[in-house]
Amino acid sequence: MTKIELTVDGGKVSEDVEPRMLLVQFLREKLGKTGTLVGCDTSNCGACTVHVNGHAVKSCNMLAVQADGAEVTTIEGLAATYDGGDLHPVQAAFHECHALQCGYCTPGMIMRSVDLLNENPDPTEEEIREGLEGNLCRCTGYHNIVRAVQTAAAAGKGATQ
Amino acid sequence: MTVTDDRPAAEIGKDRRRKEDRRLITGSSRYTDNIVLPGMLHLGMVRSPFAHAKITSIDTSEAKAATNVIAVYTAADLDESVGVLINAWPITPDQKAPVHAVLPADRVSFAGEIVAVVVARSAAAARDAAELVDVDYEELPAAIDLKEAAQDKVLAHPDLGTNKSALWVFDSAEAGTGGNVEDAIARARTDGVLIEREFRQNRLIPSFMEPRSVVVDPTGEQLTMWSATQVPHILRFALAATTGVPESKIRVIAPDVGGGFGGKLQVTPEEWLAWWIARQQHKPVKYTETRSESMMAAHHGRDQWQKVTLAATKDGTLTGLKVELTADLGSYVAIVGGGVPVLGAFMYNAIYKIPAYHFSCQTVLTNKTWTDAYRGAGRPEATFAIERLMSELANELGMDPLELREKNWIKHEEFPFTTVAGLEYDSGNYEAATEAAKQFFGYDELRAEQARRRESGDPVQLGIGVSTFTEMCGLAPSRVLGSLDYGAGGWEHASVRMLATGKVEVATGTSAHGQGHETAFSQIIADRLGVPFEDVEILHGDTQVSVKGLDTYGSRSLVVGGEALVKAADKVVEKAKPVAAHLLEASVDDIEFAGGRFSVKGTDAGLSIQEVAGAVFTAHNLPDGMEPSIDAEATFDPVNFNYPHGTHLCAVEVDTETGQVKLRKYTCVDDVGNIVNPLIVEGQVHGGLAQGIAQALYEDAVFDEAGTLVSGSFVDYLVPSAADLISFDAHHTSTPATTNTLGTKGVGEAGTIASTPAVVNAVLDAVRQFGVKDIIMPCSPARVYAAIAAGRAGDTGSATEGAGQ
Repeated sequence: MTKIELTVDGGKVSEDVEPRMLLVQFLREKLGKTGTLVGCDTSNCGACTVHVNGHAVKSCNMLAVQADGAEVTTIEGLAATYDGGDLHPVQAAFHECHALQCGYCTPGMIMRSVDLLNENPDPTEEEIREGLEGNLCRCTGYHNIVRAVQTAAAAGKGATQ
Repeated sequence: MTVTDDRPAAEIGKDRRRKEDRRLITGSSRYTDNIVLPGMLHLGMVRSPFAHAKITSIDTSEAKAATNVIAVYTAADLDESVGVLINAWPITPDQKAPVHAVLPADRVSFAGEIVAVVVARSAAAARDAAELVDVDYEELPAAIDLKEAAQDKVLAHPDLGTNKSALWVFDSAEAGTGGNVEDAIARARTDGVLIEREFRQNRLIPSFMEPRSVVVDPTGEQLTMWSATQVPHILRFALAATTGVPESKIRVIAPDVGGGFGGKLQVTPEEWLAWWIARQQHKPVKYTETRSESMMAAHHGRDQWQKVTLAATKDGTLTGLKVELTADLGSYVAIVGGGVPVLGAFMYNAIYKIPAYHFSCQTVLTNKTWTDAYRGAGRPEATFAIERLMSELANELGMDPLELREKNWIKHEEFPFTTVAGLEYDSGNYEAATEAAKQFFGYDELRAEQARRRESGDPVQLGIGVSTFTEMCGLAPSRVLGSLDYGAGGWEHASVRMLATGKVEVATGTSAHGQGHETAFSQIIADRLGVPFEDVEILHGDTQVSVKGLDTYGSRSLVVGGEALVKAADKVVEKAKPVAAHLLEASVDDIEFAGGRFSVKGTDAGLSIQEVAGAVFTAHNLPDGMEPSIDAEATFDPVNFNYPHGTHLCAVEVDTETGQVKLRKYTCVDDVGNIVNPLIVEGQVHGGLAQGIAQALYEDAVFDEAGTLVSGSFVDYLVPSAADLISFDAHHTSTPATTNTLGTKGVGEAGTIASTPAVVNAVLDAVRQFGVKDIIMPCSPARVYAAIAAGRAGDTGSATEGAGQ
């Protein structure tokens, strides 16, 4: 067991973890951060995407011990990173544009979209589609997800984090 | 009173944002795997790596001795109370089906079948210990290729003596719904046109994003199962029927469920094991599959060969259609597995007037993952075949594919129309949808561009594909299901409770897993009762809350479940009327109800239904002898299916030097009758399109010769990403359904049913000039390139090479 200390959604946490424990398992099983979901075992689907030190990371693709000392934001802490309202603009855009159905890809899709807009506040449709390539959705056909990212970009608020 | 006065005139038709979204976008979701209970134990499955093998021994000693392992079970440890997996739709009286034991005793029949289960204190410990279970197998020859299996070359289940499970036949001459197809074919052979083709329906994996998960809590008097399922009510029935636990002691909850698409309407060995082990251990138990486990063990869809013959006169008038199907069941007959191709039987004639029709389907057992419903379930296969044939016939006759279709389709003034398959289509307007689609698509301009590119020999060729589809949805009239030997009815239930606070609590027997029932159903109730949208709460997915129901699949929730809501709400109004009359000191005959308000004819006196609900709660002043309740419930059994339709037009660019197919434009005009929530409807269409396009271009569940699923992860099974798709151009025309009060038609499966043939027709339209006659799905770059090369070389026999496994 290895002791790690990190900040998750603004709170300092410390736990002893097995060296093999994945960051997503740590978040879900040790911290009860069940808003972050697991959709595959080959890092294809992106459902588990969180931010580590401000950048989107598939949390199934990183060991918990690698996050020692890091600042992690999950979907549960995203709104708090934005001081303009009770939802982050990307969350609000997903709701407004009906960019989710079953909701399972949604936390990862939102976290990736926030990072995408941080990197490129004014993306073309093609840049959005390529930027979201690592996140799979089975319900929406991506049409409304693309609209949501465009809507958030147009609001000019995507890069406020 | 002002509350109801301020309410919008009509909720139905508004693009309400979803009530469901808040919890899902903030991470407050409750999917099954999120549930943790005190003392919970975890399961790890030991699965067969072989498609067909004798189990000669299982040594569990090392696993049992591992730290934090509580128990290890094999078939030998189970007793009768474990139950059995059911097939609810034996399609013929003599259907052959192997017993589907929860764990096989001595023989595995597909790669991925569970042979032992480890119970441990953590999921990680259970998985680690599963590696320590030592199973000895003696490999047996496996029936993998569908066509070979149909010839009984190798038996999937030697005890059955054959792989042929059931032969189901419909003959319009025998049924009295049309003529003899052999006569039509003979006439066409001598004096008309015959199109004979064999199409391959590639095997697909539903690929819901949430892997299946089950939690069972056996503590207390009642046993509770949470499951990532589409069918909590059916699941409860099946548990009671096969494990001996009385139905009333079973509570099944489908909490947030991350997609299903038919893939979660199964009752599964994993659920039955969790159920039995929790009762053995007297502790809560959880099992969540990995994606790899999901892909090899959760049921697959499609997987058919379709031999089809279309007869026509030389002017393009259809005279007959013959369909000979071979359908792969996989290694067990799943809950409605055999019935899926039978559902398609009624749809091959599609929107066309075909005077003679013959359909036969041979279901076949193999040593592959079981198959069952996947979005569309039988109808995408049927639509693919007829829409491909219509485009082939148009090509043969040198006609425009839309012109040929129009020549043969049912005209809008001909509804209601009884088809050659014996269904009565209540309404539709194919002319209107097609005309709109052509305009939105820019059909003529794209045809002109296509001609220019052909002329110039552009290496990137443009293809235009057409699909004018209809489907039968709203499963289903119970009598029809009875006539097809289905084991249950097709009704749906709803209850409406008027709460003391004026709020309305509604329980539906449908079980949403992404469809947005909480929003759309609130709109229906808000309109029907004249209460604010925000005051309506829709409850579902818990057999203790929505006590009766038949769940969500087959585009049934709105057209069957929604009608139950309407009927229950109308009963509430009827029950409230005498109370309103009593309180207003008027005769019941003088009371009118409109906009949520009871009023006395010709006066200003009135009460809102929410005020009446309050009065009924206190019960201080009710009519003599009246029970203090205006709550109501209704169970609705549809009299007919429901027939949405539409025209889908697809343009693709095919790079003839690489075989790459790129979507250029996709326009669809769907007629789903009256629309409750346009935002949700559009979302359903988009998602459906993506799945249908994926069958045409990307997805394929491939088994090797030994029966191992080689596309067993998202690395190899190509669920399309955002980068693989385009923005869709989706529109609507509306011909209200005549068989439900709201005039609605199903929409959940439409996009998937319509799009696959539109895409493949487009690909062929681009490359037919090189001598290509067919390309099997998925139309991958390798296949398209090979087809072009073969076509140019004059070899047209290669179309189906590489398919079949």
